[in-house]
Amino acid sequence: MQASDIAASGPAALTKPRLEAASPRYGERVIYYLLAGCAAISVITTTAIVISLLLPSVDFFGEVSPGDFFFGTDWGPTFEPPAFGVLPIVVGTLSVTFWSLLFAIPIGLGAAIYLSEYASRRARRVIKPALEVLAGIPTVALGFFGLVVLTPALQSIWPGFLGGEPAIFNALAGGLAIGLLIVPIIASVSDDAMSAVPGGLREGAYALGATKAKVATKVVFPAALSGIVASIILASSRAIGETMIVLLAAGNTPNLTFNPLESIQAMTAFIATTATGDIATGSITYKTVFAVALLLFAMTLVMNLLSIRLVRKYREVYE
Amino acid sequence: MSDRFDPRTARAEVAMAGARSVTAGVLSDQPRKDVVRNTMFASVLFLAVAIALAGMFWLIADSVIDGAPRLNADLFTQQNSSLPDNAGLKSAIYGTLWIMAFVVLFIVPIGVGAAVFLEEYASKESRLARAVEVNIQNLAAVPSIIYGLLGLAFIARGPLDLGFTIMTASITLALLVLPIVILVAREAIRSVPPSIREGSLALGATQWQTVRRQVLPAAIPGIATGIILALSRAIGETAVLLPLGAATFLTSDPSGPGSSITAMPLVIFNWVKQPSDEFRVLAAAGIVVLIVLLVAMNSFAIFLRNRYEQRW
Repeated sequence: MQASDIAASGPAALTKPRLEAASPRYGERVIYYLLAGCAAISVITTTAIVISLLLPSVDFFGEVSPGDFFFGTDWGPTFEPPAFGVLPIVVGTLSVTFWSLLFAIPIGLGAAIYLSEYASRRARRVIKPALEVLAGIPTVALGFFGLVVLTPALQSIWPGFLGGEPAIFNALAGGLAIGLLIVPIIASVSDDAMSAVPGGLREGAYALGATKAKVATKVVFPAALSGIVASIILASSRAIGETMIVLLAAGNTPNLTFNPLESIQAMTAFIATTATGDIATGSITYKTVFAVALLLFAMTLVMNLLSIRLVRKYREVYE
Repeated sequence: MSDRFDPRTARAEVAMAGARSVTAGVLSDQPRKDVVRNTMFASVLFLAVAIALAGMFWLIADSVIDGAPRLNADLFTQQNSSLPDNAGLKSAIYGTLWIMAFVVLFIVPIGVGAAVFLEEYASKESRLARAVEVNIQNLAAVPSIIYGLLGLAFIARGPLDLGFTIMTASITLALLVLPIVILVAREAIRSVPPSIREGSLALGATQWQTVRRQVLPAAIPGIATGIILALSRAIGETAVLLPLGAATFLTSDPSGPGSSITAMPLVIFNWVKQPSDEFRVLAAAGIVVLIVLLVAMNSFAIFLRNRYEQRW
C-alpha cells in the first residue's frame, strides 16, 4: 500500500488493518493437500487390506458353508477330498499364544514393576535399552532358537512323571520363544502405565505406613490396571499374528489339541506355507488362505481396538 | 525467610541431620516380617528381569557358538547355493540393500508428511483426525503376514501388478513400517513447544514456512530415530516376503527394482529349514550378522534420541 492510499482510505482503514495475506498463497494450499494425501495413505492401506481379504473370502464362503468352516474339526484344504474345518489351526494358534502368555505375563509384569518402582536411575538406563534390543531380535532368530535350542533343552529336562516328551516341533517351544518376543511389549507398555500413576498416590500410601511392596501391588498396580491389561492384549495380538516362530518351532501339522508337546499348525503358519508366490489366483486354496487371513485379521483387530481404548482411558485419567 | 533459616549454615545442617535421624529412627522400625517380605518381593522382580535378559543372551551366545565355523569372509563373498560349503549371503545382502533403499525413499516423505499433517494441519478435535489416529495405531499391530497377502493380491498381482520384484517387496515393507515412522515422528513434532510456532507465525511466516524452517529442524533427531527403528524392523522382517514368491536360491545378485526378491532373513529362514547340520551352522552365522546389524541400528537410534533430545 502506498502512503497516499492509506491517507485516502481514511482513519477507519487504519484502525481495522487487513489480516489477509498479500497474495493468495496457492503454494500453501498445494502443500496442505500433499500432506493430507500422505496421511490418507494409512486409510487407503486399511481399505486395501480389508478389500483384498474380503473379496476372496466372500467367494470362499460361496463354496464352503460358514458352519463347516468355523465348527469343522478337520483341516486339510489341499487334501483330496479337501476338509475346511478351521478349528484345528485356530486351536493351534490359541495354544501357542496361551503358553507364550503364561511365560511372558509374570516375567513382563515383574520387569515392569521393577523398572517403575524399584530400579535406580542407573539400573533403568541399562535395563530399558537391553529390553529394546530384545524387542528388536528378528523373529527368524527366535524361531531358530526355539527349534535348535529350546526344544532339545526341554527334551533333556522334561520330567518323566508329566508323561510324554516334547516332539521335534512342539507348541511349548514355539510358545516360549514367542514369550521372549512379547516380554518387552508387556514390560514397556506396563512400565509406562505405572510410571504415569501420580506420585501423590504412592506418598499417601507411604504416609499411612504401607511398605514398598504393598505400595507397588496394592496402589500402583490397580491404579495402572487399564494400561497393564492393554499391554497384555497388545502382546496377545502380537503372539496370535506371529508367523516365523510358529513356522520354525511349532511345526506344520494341523492338530486339534492343547497338548504343548505335540506339533501343531498355527493360522499364520498355514498362510505362510500355502500362500507362496506360485499360488494360482482364484483357486479354492487361494481363497482358503484369504478366509483364514480374514479371521486372523478380525481377531487381532478386536484386540487392538480394545487395547487402544484402554490405553486412552488411563491417559485420560492421569495425564 | 532465608535470613532466619539458611540451609547452608553449619548449625542448620546439624539440626537437619538430627531431625532426619530421629525421623528415620522412628519410621524405619519396620516389623521384621515386612522387611523379609519386601526383600523377597524385590528379588522376585529382579529375577523376572534377569530371566528375560538371560533368554536374550542365551540366544545370542548360542548363535555365535553354533555359527562360529562360518563367521568368516566367505559368508559375505559367496552367493547362495544348494551346497552348504559354497553358500553365502552375498546376493541376500544386495537384495536387502536394494529393498531398504526404496523403503527409505517411500517412508521418509510419506511418514513425515503424514505426521506433519496430523500434528500441524488437522484439527485435533475433528472426528476424521481421531479416526486416522486409531487407524494408524491399529495398522501398527496388524500381523505382518497379512501385509504379505496385501502385497500378493494388490501389489505383485491385482491393481499395481508389479510382479514378484524388489519394488513390490519395498512397497509392502514400507506400508508395514509406515505406522512406526508416523507414530514416532508425531511424538517428535509434538514435543516442539507451541511458542516456537507462534513466534514464527507472528513474524509473518506462513504455516508451511513455520513447519519447514522451525518445527522440522527441531524435530529431526526424533524423526531420524523413528526412521532407523522402522528400518531395523523392516530388515529383520521375513513373514511379509514369504507370499511374495521370494526366490531364496537366487544365484545372481539383484541389480535393481525389477530384480527378483531375495533378502537376508529369507535366506536364513531357508537355511534353518534345510535338514543338514551344515546349513544349521550357516543359519546361525547369518543370524549373528543380522543381530549385529539390528543391534547397531537400534543402539544408534537410542544414542540419537538421548544425545539430541531437547529439553525446552
